[in-house]
Amino acid sequence: MARIIGGVGCSHIPSVGAAMDNGKTQEPYWKPLFDGYEPAREWMRKANPDVVIVVYNDHAAAFDISLTPMFTIGAAPEFLPADEGYGRRKVPNVRGYPELASHLIESLVFDEFDINTALEMDVDHGLTVPLSVMYGQPREWPCRVIPLAVNVVKYPQPLGRRCYKLGKAIRKAVDEFDEDLTVAIFGTGGMSHQLQGERAGLVNPDFDKAFLDDLSGDVARLTNIGHVEYMREAGSEGIELIMWLVMRGALDDKVHEVYRHYHVPASNTGAGLIILENDQ
Amino acid sequence: MGKLESEYEDIPGTYVFDGKRCIEGFQLNKFCKSLDLEANRAAFRDDPSGYLDKFPMTPEQRKAIEDRDWLGMLQLGGNVYYTFKLAAFDGITMQHIGGAMSGITVDDFRQMMLAGGRSVEGNRSKSEWK
Repeated sequence: MARIIGGVGCSHIPSVGAAMDNGKTQEPYWKPLFDGYEPAREWMRKANPDVVIVVYNDHAAAFDISLTPMFTIGAAPEFLPADEGYGRRKVPNVRGYPELASHLIESLVFDEFDINTALEMDVDHGLTVPLSVMYGQPREWPCRVIPLAVNVVKYPQPLGRRCYKLGKAIRKAVDEFDEDLTVAIFGTGGMSHQLQGERAGLVNPDFDKAFLDDLSGDVARLTNIGHVEYMREAGSEGIELIMWLVMRGALDDKVHEVYRHYHVPASNTGAGLIILENDQ
Repeated sequence: MGKLESEYEDIPGTYVFDGKRCIEGFQLNKFCKSLDLEANRAAFRDDPSGYLDKFPMTPEQRKAIEDRDWLGMLQLGGNVYYTFKLAAFDGITMQHIGGAMSGITVDDFRQMMLAGGRSVEGNRSKSEWK
């Protein structure tokens, strides 16, 4: 049977990918951030999951304003890095897992989550940057990937509580999948940041650190954070943190923190990384 | 009015991309999105006015685009992930438009980020900005 071996929360800042692609990770601006990624990569090498479910959002790359799907699972055998204005990011293509994706979609729909299916979907920095953060720069990604795109761009985004429940339903579906597989789940985006308006540049380290603490300490507090609190306290784009709750929901009720790293600034953002494992 | 509108409209310097703005900004954002394709970027470069004619937006929206009024675009329904495509077309960064939207230079914006970013203190409610 398939089983979830751990969860990762990870910011997906485009300039972090660009720093890697352009060989800048040892520059003074970037070094403290990337130094903190090394222990996470070590964990990833040891864990070596067969499949990673990446919960991320599309930033007007694969989707556009004419249609806003709330939850979408990619069920194609392959996904190409999106062209976000600078050509396709020069990272390996992402190998999918159509059988597991189809199983997830069916199981989730039967659990009352009406998921969209994508068979052609370029994946933007939201998905590829966390892979880069956790795996570095391999010639091929060492895992297959299930992309799970969440609308966080157009208000109203799904509730954090809903995302957490979706994670629980994903866990159930993975547990029931009849292949011997190890699966990790990434919740990506955040942490606090605001890209827009006169308040652009807002970062709230206190909010971010409390969020990291309560992923293992008090999930109920996190699932009760509403849209306005996210936007006010963590910036209008900080609401991406709801995607970390999908990851958290897919783990056991009791988890322990294996590693965390937090750094300000990475571009306009409070950059966070956390690794969680089930207690048993 | 939306259920939470009065609450999020109280957050200063923030333009929540809700249904109202999404509908208002549809053509503006569609124009920005079109710049994903090199052929469209070339067409816009060659004939900005003719290219903008393809998108039936309001005169104010069109002027905001022509003036590269990054804040004005948001106020007229633009979304930053879309308007950033125009910034990328111009060869400028998110920090550049962050500075432009908040009324400081890009260097000052970078310095602010290096110093830990804009604090939430004093920036939670419009009442604090009066």
